Amino acid sequence: MLSWMAWTWQTAAFFIALFAAIGVITFIEIRWPGTSERKGVLRLTTTRGDRLFLGLLGSAYISLAWLGIFGTPLWVPLGLAIAWLIFCFWKV
Amino acid sequence: MKTQNQKAWFFVLPVLLLVAFNALIPMMTVVNYSVQETFGNNVFFWHGVGWFEDLLNSERFHAALGRQILFTTIILLIEIPLGIVIALAMPRKGIWVPVCLVLMALPMLIPWNVVGAMWNIFTLPDIGLLGYLMNTTLGIDYDMTQDPFAAWVTIVTMDVWHWTSLVVLLCYAGLVSIPDAYYQAAKIDGASSWSVFRYIQLPKMKQVLTIAILLRFMDSFNIYTEVFVMTGGGPGNSTTFLSIDLVKIALGQFDLGPAAAMSLIYFAITLLVSWLFYTLMTKDDGK
Amino acid sequence: MRKRSLIPILYILFLMLPIYWLIAMSFKTTNEILSGFSLFPQTFTWDNYITIFTDPSWYWAYVNSIIYVSLNTVISICVALPAAYAFSRYRFLGDKTLFFWLLTNRMAPAAVFVLPFFQLYSAVGLFDTHIAVALAHCLFNIPLAVWILEGFMSGVPKELDETAYIDGYSFPRFFITIFLPAIKAGVGVAAFFCFMFSWVELLLAKNLTAVYAKPIAAEMTKTASSAGYELGLLAAAGTLTIIPGAIVIYFVRNYIAKGFALGRV
Repeated sequence: MLSWMAWTWQTAAFFIALFAAIGVITFIEIRWPGTSERKGVLRLTTTRGDRLFLGLLGSAYISLAWLGIFGTPLWVPLGLAIAWLIFCFWKV
Repeated sequence: MKTQNQKAWFFVLPVLLLVAFNALIPMMTVVNYSVQETFGNNVFFWHGVGWFEDLLNSERFHAALGRQILFTTIILLIEIPLGIVIALAMPRKGIWVPVCLVLMALPMLIPWNVVGAMWNIFTLPDIGLLGYLMNTTLGIDYDMTQDPFAAWVTIVTMDVWHWTSLVVLLCYAGLVSIPDAYYQAAKIDGASSWSVFRYIQLPKMKQVLTIAILLRFMDSFNIYTEVFVMTGGGPGNSTTFLSIDLVKIALGQFDLGPAAAMSLIYFAITLLVSWLFYTLMTKDDGK
Repeated sequence: MRKRSLIPILYILFLMLPIYWLIAMSFKTTNEILSGFSLFPQTFTWDNYITIFTDPSWYWAYVNSIIYVSLNTVISICVALPAAYAFSRYRFLGDKTLFFWLLTNRMAPAAVFVLPFFQLYSAVGLFDTHIAVALAHCLFNIPLAVWILEGFMSGVPKELDETAYIDGYSFPRFFITIFLPAIKAGVGVAAFFCFMFSWVELLLAKNLTAVYAKPIAAEMTKTASSAGYELGLLAAAGTLTIIPGAIVIYFVRNYIAKGFALGRV
């Protein structure tokens, strides 16, 4: 039934991590509701969900850009992506 | 002010399930394909980020993406101003309003492959109306199946024909919502028609214009059927846009890996642009 | 007549030219089309239409299209109504994120989904059925319907809901007897858009069907390419596909401008 989806443990881990992140954010929002809205450096009102979205989308672009310009391995862009994620949650 | 109510989730649940079935499962599959290689029969081999690396360095991908961006830019530069001009010139009241609106909306209701076929027979040299006019009456050498420039002009004209009405209708809706009192006040002040446009009409159209640009950007960025039916991506590769290339790889050659990698890059671009527009659109909502 | 009304007239003329050419072609014989240029049909013929209405594979293709388009419209509106109500009336956990996610599905290129859809609907055994196409089109039609309906619903004052509750209406009764009539223009417009986008879409419809649920759009591409250049037949089939849209647009003609603005003006 699911064989056509061609799962690998790497992509499965990726999706589990993604849903776990969404789950954690949802949990925090339920536990301490309405505490996350603020105006960050981009002068946008963002919530935790927005920051996660921006962080992940930015990470995707960082990895793609690195792959296009320098190629593998991807350790450096991984570091950059983590830095970007931290920046998103900290400042944006 | 909206009230806080978590039970609202139950109202959203059916939509969520249906769209998740349609969007989430395929998206996961695409991600899975993008890191593997297959020779059919559901046998897959790990290929890492190889497809992405190949794609990002391939001339073919760059060219298709470039053509796609160029096309979208041209479309927006023509359709948005043209749509505004036509909307401003439209009658505001009277029996001609519904007639105008229905006639203008008509091209949007024609199946996309019929639009392609229609423009195909319209532009045939010697026997199509436009082709005959250009070649025989005006004496301009025009054949979109041979000449890339003619193909581009034809596709752009086709899209202007197909979708400018969307911009017109949106702007028109913005314009008719301006109360007459505004215009009378402007008349008393002796405002020029330019300042009426700049300070009364344009601000009122701002939100609908954002929607118009968003919809036009996305739909022209995703254009497939019309162009495929009209030119098939030719002559040569001159009108092979990103979507046409993608379908060629995915369904023509059945190369699941590269097609999936391309889909994801395509999707990342769409996501970013949607987010930018959505943020722009809802920025003023909170106030 | 003032000079500026020339602009819409010229524009509409430009819009009508290719449509005229399509209709004119449909009344010509294939011989006449290929032999040279003529502005009007010289030998007026109904043959192309007769072919379509007597060949089951042609007229069934029309019926198939209408079946899945109607199914899609009904499904989209039914699930979009409560969701749009929730978005327009309440704040809830993740509401904005959810709305944005719905929107991205309207924006996603259909080309991306063709291949996984084919696999998905084959895996659940729905390939080549009307319901498969109807469900697949929900991907972009539900977000659109939610978007339009939310716009119209936000225009209805909240006092209407509150008064009804004070008067002792239950939610379902309020929704059906009071709220729905108040936004019936919005429902009409949303249904129109679902119909329209399902009707004009080809890529997904074609790739999710083979024989039993083949849409008219796919039938057209096949006949046009396999039997050489049957331009007259192609034009007649094309002309017939314009008619349903023209009929539907007539019903919403007074709301169409507001409808295109997604109720947001």
